[in-house]
Amino acid sequence: MSASVTAAQAPDAATSVQPASPRDAVISIHRVGHVFRTKGRRVQALLETDLRINEREFLTIVGPSGCGKSTLMNLIVGLFPASSGEILYRGKRRSGVNRSIGYVTQADNLFPWRTLRKNIEFPLELRGVPTRERRERASHLIHRVGLAGFEDSYPHELSGGMRQRANIIRTLAYEPEVILMDEPFGPLDAQTRLILQNQLLELWQEDRKTIIFITHDLGEAVALADRVVVMSARPGRIKTIAPVPIPRPRNLFEIHKDERFLATYQALWLSLEDEVKKGAAQWQAQT
Amino acid sequence: MASTDLNAAEAAALPPGAANVEDDIRAWETQERREKWRLMFVRIILAMVLLSIWEYGTDRWFDALWFSSPLRVLRHLWTWMQDDLLKHLVITLRETFIGYGCGTLLGIATGVLLARFAFLGKVLDPFILALNGIPRIALAPLFIIWFGIGEPSKIVLAGMLSFFLCFYATLSGLRSVDPAYISIARVMGATERQTFFKVVLPAASPWIITAMKVSVPFALVGAIVGEFMAATAGLGFKIQLYTAQFDTTGAVTGVLVLMVVVIMFNTALNRLESHVLRWRPESSGPTGSDIQ
Repeated sequence: MSASVTAAQAPDAATSVQPASPRDAVISIHRVGHVFRTKGRRVQALLETDLRINEREFLTIVGPSGCGKSTLMNLIVGLFPASSGEILYRGKRRSGVNRSIGYVTQADNLFPWRTLRKNIEFPLELRGVPTRERRERASHLIHRVGLAGFEDSYPHELSGGMRQRANIIRTLAYEPEVILMDEPFGPLDAQTRLILQNQLLELWQEDRKTIIFITHDLGEAVALADRVVVMSARPGRIKTIAPVPIPRPRNLFEIHKDERFLATYQALWLSLEDEVKKGAAQWQAQT
Repeated sequence: MASTDLNAAEAAALPPGAANVEDDIRAWETQERREKWRLMFVRIILAMVLLSIWEYGTDRWFDALWFSSPLRVLRHLWTWMQDDLLKHLVITLRETFIGYGCGTLLGIATGVLLARFAFLGKVLDPFILALNGIPRIALAPLFIIWFGIGEPSKIVLAGMLSFFLCFYATLSGLRSVDPAYISIARVMGATERQTFFKVVLPAASPWIITAMKVSVPFALVGAIVGEFMAATAGLGFKIQLYTAQFDTTGAVTGVLVLMVVVIMFNTALNRLESHVLRWRPESSGPTGSDIQ
């Protein structure tokens, strides 16, 4: 199955999504690099990265911690400009925050002074959506992910899993064209994770937004994705891109037995293993 | 069946032992209530004992001239109430609250201004630090010179104390807002204005509200100290006058009235605060001592 793993960025005919031609790309990243300055030291967070994200694609990015995955997300959404290279959104350069892109961060960042419902309604409020419509859209999503009954609870009264669900549907509520997710299930226990992954896929199946999903869990990356990107240890760059040839809709509770899953997982693990070791060595050298 | 609010079907669906849990909770609540009453009872006893010792000891172990006594204070309170207590109380409260209102509003506005215009804020930082170093009550005599011995000087004094508390708290509150909240709001499409009013201000609200609460007793202290210095009316003026006449009973009564006023305001403000900040998990965020 290692034939499905290609070192370069290849059109992924094997998956159910459209083959990528440059015109179809929602986001194209050209030779993007980024350098941070911390405590007078320059840290190369990202090195010459090229990536093209297709319309309606579920792309996952895996890599050892500290490999610049989150930096890449922050650059794509436009929170700060890249040190070098360029990022095109639908063929155009943008400056500042790109409002067409939603961003689900690792920490839930729900506003503690707002109830669950008011948190979900927040982006709609910003857009001047009338109260009644706001309420309906929020209610629909709240029911969809099983949070009904907690509408008037404040974030500190919710469990980690509930907060993370709220975090995700807050972004879904205003329907951005592209959604970035930065390890949204990272801090959750294995069972809650599985349930939320399943819910996420169901929600995605409804309207097939473009999703870029970061994780350090290779199993999660393969199970969810159309294509998996493996990043190297710092300085981060793209090492491998592989399509996942498993048809949708997928049953995440059974997918771990699927031989296509296993083959893709094993092939990618060979690529990731070295990077994880390198990442660990860097981490030890620092502490 | 102990659980009265469950119907039979639901009760049947309960896992074994669930009813016992209900009973346990009820027993625990009763225990709590009993504990609370016991505490209250012991406190009342303690207060009575202390007051009795004070009353009994007067003119036996110590001189009434220096310490007065509870019964003398009560008698004095009664006659004073029929005389001009209300008039002086109203004057002091008026000075306190006009000063408090202007001081808190100006303080919050200044804090917002310096937080919004970051450059101005940075330029003024050392000046603010220097100003903060002044023991503010030491300015009281100057205010008497500038604003006379009438009510204005007390209003300014009360206002100044509230102003500084609210100003520092607002500035620190606004500066300590988690930048992640601001980033996420911008990503979701918030304009500058929306970010400020919907994210930054609510995030800083615990600081501002706590400062507004802490300012009330401070404003009262400002008014009283002003009246001590030079005045023609007000509770502080009366306490000063009684003391000058060696009337300890009068002075102690005045202090007692002030104590009751402060306790009343504190209780009301604590209720208000816990309602406005009900979104906050318990025991988090700034407390009064952070702000003073």
